[in-house]
Amino acid sequence: MSLDPGYLDYPGRREGYDHDLYRWSDLHQRTPVRWPQGSVAIWLCVSLEWFPITPADKPFRAPGHMATPYPDLRHYTARDYGNRVGVWRFLDAFERVGVRASFAVNAAVAERYPEIISAVAAGGHEIIAHSTDMNGTIDSTLAEPEERALIAGALTRIEAATGKRPQGWLSIARSQSWRTPDILREQGVTYCCDWVNDELPYRFSNGLINLPLNHELSDRQIIATQQQSAESWRQSLGDAFDWLAREAQREGGGRMLPIHLTPYISALPYRIAAVEGLLADLAGRAEAWFATGEEIVRCWAAQNPAEGAAGS
Amino acid sequence: MRESSPDPLLYDYHPYHRRPPLVWPDGKAVAVWVAPNLEYYEIDPPPHPMRKAWTRPAPDVVGYAHRDHANRVSHWRMADVMTAHGFPGSVSLSVALCQHHPQVVADAQARGWEFFSHGIYNTRYAYDMDEAQERAIIEDSIRTVQDATGQRIRGWLAPALTHTPRTLDLLAEYGFDYTCDLYHDDQVQEVKVARGRLASIPYSLEVNDHYGFFVYNMSGREYADTLIRQFERLAAEGQRSGTVMCIPLHAYLIGQPHRIGPFEEALAHIAADGRAWLATAGEIVDCWRRQQEPSREQVAPTKIEGAEPRLPGMLGR
Repeated sequence: MSLDPGYLDYPGRREGYDHDLYRWSDLHQRTPVRWPQGSVAIWLCVSLEWFPITPADKPFRAPGHMATPYPDLRHYTARDYGNRVGVWRFLDAFERVGVRASFAVNAAVAERYPEIISAVAAGGHEIIAHSTDMNGTIDSTLAEPEERALIAGALTRIEAATGKRPQGWLSIARSQSWRTPDILREQGVTYCCDWVNDELPYRFSNGLINLPLNHELSDRQIIATQQQSAESWRQSLGDAFDWLAREAQREGGGRMLPIHLTPYISALPYRIAAVEGLLADLAGRAEAWFATGEEIVRCWAAQNPAEGAAGS
Repeated sequence: MRESSPDPLLYDYHPYHRRPPLVWPDGKAVAVWVAPNLEYYEIDPPPHPMRKAWTRPAPDVVGYAHRDHANRVSHWRMADVMTAHGFPGSVSLSVALCQHHPQVVADAQARGWEFFSHGIYNTRYAYDMDEAQERAIIEDSIRTVQDATGQRIRGWLAPALTHTPRTLDLLAEYGFDYTCDLYHDDQVQEVKVARGRLASIPYSLEVNDHYGFFVYNMSGREYADTLIRQFERLAAEGQRSGTVMCIPLHAYLIGQPHRIGPFEEALAHIAADGRAWLATAGEIVDCWRRQQEPSREQVAPTKIEGAEPRLPGMLGR
């Protein structure tokens, strides 16, 4: 038994990528980006998720979704804890150090919990669209009309609930189909947060901007998946900031530290102090510029106009 | 190896306690080599019947983009701290990276690093290849790296650690000097091949950054501490007979902003210790080879069809 002879054909073996979604570029060789203050943009991004107790497995079941046979009361309620209790701890923590964040919300959260949306708006925070609810997953097995309806529906519902159409989009589990960047563009989205291949914004071939939300630094990855303590997460994030600040100084260009938070993970009573401690440390650093995703994208885009956009 | 034999007959048994002293240059105790994996993963590779490339339908955004981070951001971070502390790289190379991102390969070349093959792509697996197919990927590897860097590759780490029963014999036939695929020892060892000779240099699964972060779920600081413990033990034992420590890396893991700082401290510790010979894989294998008995070095084991395999004492069938 042997492999199909075609297994040794390499049709995509060429300079650049084996796809045309975006072009290659070395972060360290780019024209340095400048932030309005400091050298490291700190982007706090909170995911607000509502998990129906009736999970969908198509295209796939979202991370954190129901895990036991129906009715999985333990996971339904443990996740909803984030929306009832945890998010308020985050809002207080941000207010205490005077910083603004992005909140990536399911449309269902925006509709079900208007008190959260009011508080987010009152704090000057940004709303990013984060699908419909935690059954709203996307991958290439989802038919195009369904994907378009899901994305358009989420944006419309969030706009109705918040009074503003989101500029940004975060897919559940950062999972896209081949079509997602084009559908997002067509729906008027400025940036997505799904591709973790970079540490600064960059542009897709279709003009969509990607603002990388590093999954390796997230509370989900470090605390829930790798089962590190909240203190270890805080130490890792502090190490990341120290490195990025030194690199920014050495290479002369701004850097970005994305801090992806989930209220049912890191806003628990025994973990929230690690978040508050990290924020207090970072707020005391002269290199830090706390900004929303939208502000970072706008600042970067002003210095990196789209090709062909100049003079038009 | 012997196909279908319960003992694949890869090597003879050599107890750690009774080995002749192995001497590294300048009386160093442990040869330390760093093996950055410079890889390219295809976004939508052809399916292999025995192994899926990605867990999600293409595009597996996080899987693909995470690895792409190496070639846009973290390669240079990893390489700069290695250079700063005097560690040359011995590159485990997806050779198609020479076509996709020649800038990354050129950076490694400019630092004086050694290259060996890690297959064409880390999304093309060798399982079930026939002999002609396996020869094709070996010859492609030799030619591609020669054209891109002028180096004739001497070593092999199978793509995604996928092998056939004839892989090691073919490597020896093509004049390769070392394989990184066997994890049975802390010193360089002879591999039994059909013709010619082949050394096994200790690579490592256990202190591979992939294992550190995705099997053992360590923090960056815990991983750095693990490297130092590994080094301290091998340096102490290497006073008797020189040992080998490999640090296998993937820039998209070790070059993340929260891990690179602690990693640099571990490199600084090892470099400052004085007992480490910071070398490339080829230098280590050459130094070991020169110290082997001429008789052992020249008499290559030959394959005798139908003969009972000769097994050391305890390993009877």
